Amino acid sequence: MSATAINQLYVFVLAVFVGFEVISKVPVVLHTPLMSGTNAIHGIVMLGGVLVLGTADTPVLVALGFTAVVFGAMNLFGGFVVTDRMLEMFKKKPRDKR
Amino acid sequence: MSETRALPTVFQLAYLASAVLFIVGLKFLSSPARARRGNLMAAIGMAVATAATLGVLWMPGGGFHNQGLIVAGIVIGAALGTAGARWVQMTQMPQMVALLNGFGGGAAALISTGDFLHAAFHGERLSGTAVASTILGCIIGSLSFSGSLVAFGKLQGIISERAITSPLQKVINGVLFFAILATVAGIAARGGSTWFLALLIEALLFGVLMVIPIGGADMPVVISLLNSFTGLAVAATGFALTNNALIISGTLVGASGTLLTTLMCKAMNRSLANVLFAGVGAGPVAAPGAPGSAAAKPVREIGVDDAAVLLSNIQSLIVVPGYGMAVAQAQHAVRELADQLAQRGVEVKYAIHPVAGRMPGHMNVLLAEANVPYDQLFDLDQINPEFEHTDVALVIGANDVVNPAARTDRQSPIYGMPILDADKAQHVIVIKRSLNPGFAGIDNPIYYDPRTLMLFGDAKGVVARLVEAMKAAA
Repeated sequence: MSATAINQLYVFVLAVFVGFEVISKVPVVLHTPLMSGTNAIHGIVMLGGVLVLGTADTPVLVALGFTAVVFGAMNLFGGFVVTDRMLEMFKKKPRDKR
Repeated sequence: MSETRALPTVFQLAYLASAVLFIVGLKFLSSPARARRGNLMAAIGMAVATAATLGVLWMPGGGFHNQGLIVAGIVIGAALGTAGARWVQMTQMPQMVALLNGFGGGAAALISTGDFLHAAFHGERLSGTAVASTILGCIIGSLSFSGSLVAFGKLQGIISERAITSPLQKVINGVLFFAILATVAGIAARGGSTWFLALLIEALLFGVLMVIPIGGADMPVVISLLNSFTGLAVAATGFALTNNALIISGTLVGASGTLLTTLMCKAMNRSLANVLFAGVGAGPVAAPGAPGSAAAKPVREIGVDDAAVLLSNIQSLIVVPGYGMAVAQAQHAVRELADQLAQRGVEVKYAIHPVAGRMPGHMNVLLAEANVPYDQLFDLDQINPEFEHTDVALVIGANDVVNPAARTDRQSPIYGMPILDADKAQHVIVIKRSLNPGFAGIDNPIYYDPRTLMLFGDAKGVVARLVEAMKAAA
């Protein structure tokens, strides 16, 4: 394996630990927003699509890259918006009994 | 080609900043009060990473093309995604998450394919790591894409929610599995783009076959698993594109999905293999009052007015909501009932089973939408000791999660599943349409318990009439 690949593997393994550490602290109440929120974070795949489309020089690659960008953008924007909508509802106890 | 995509320092630092924002954002998700800010931070992280990537594309002499198409793709995807996210109802959240997740997986599969084809078209040799990661990205991403679409179809009611099984299934799955292995071997032996496209199609097919035989009640596991798949597929594309931002984000999601999958399996006391392959929920849904099951045993019934009087004179109530409540859209009516009771000094709590909805935490979101404060929502471990000191457990649209057979009956298919101890309350009121067994088709002894009162009818209608009766009496 090249030095780059080894470094990537380090990043991957450390991210596994960070991921488990951070996410195991999320309370059950917030599991759905957690899922849609992490869903939005993997929407970063859109940028992979951007890089593929940016170097595409044949119609097949352009089609693949373009579809990937659209899919990724749906994932990314849809994920953040829907998570925000949900989290907005988790308000503090409404103690104002009017 | 991957090395040519190594980005200038300033952009790498921008990616690092976005990775930090993702992690801190996720940390903020651990408290309901700060969670919204956490999501915003992650979104800012995404904006930083996107700006950096677009900056690279516009760098003079960068050798990139299709900038117009890139912007168009982002705008189209953003418009579709945002519109969907705005209009979706909270009850439809599981299928929305499945759909968004599927698109992410699809994108990862397409990127891996594009990366491989690009090298093939240019006669470049990809490194071993790059070949391995494009193969993984393609397989896991396609599986996640088609699997998520089937899950979406099931949750949306386009495909039957029942487990669709056939005797040939195992054979077909086996053949397909070995076909995938053979194709991977072909690619490793320097096969070209045809091999890779074959892999894409096989993996797509495999995703469909994987989710089709899984029943609706097992969807919390499936959605978590597919979520972790997409994360890993994205991480794989990160390896192929030498992009740490993709590796980190994908891995965080993979970890989160894996954790939730494990939690959901534990909540049902089943192994992941059992959920995926056992075809639970394949049996026909029993007809109302099916002979030989429920009708024979006596139950105690209660009317709405009597129930209203009973509820008005208690000190404590635990509501046990199930998916049936969500289907009937009764959560707002339930909140009103809780308000009425609170005015009479009754202490109201909600007991949420981990698999009460169709995805992890789904029931909490539905109740939050109905303005139930989150500090009244309790999970299994917190609430179970409280049932015996509680006057009434009100079970609405829940069945298997309060089935005491899970504790006592070794023959029961759900034996060993952690349940909510509703039957330990002083009284149990069950709101239910009929004595139909639940999803798993298992009869529930709680209905025949002498302390249980059955209140028959549609959840929303019954609860609304309870509220009316209480208001009238006040």
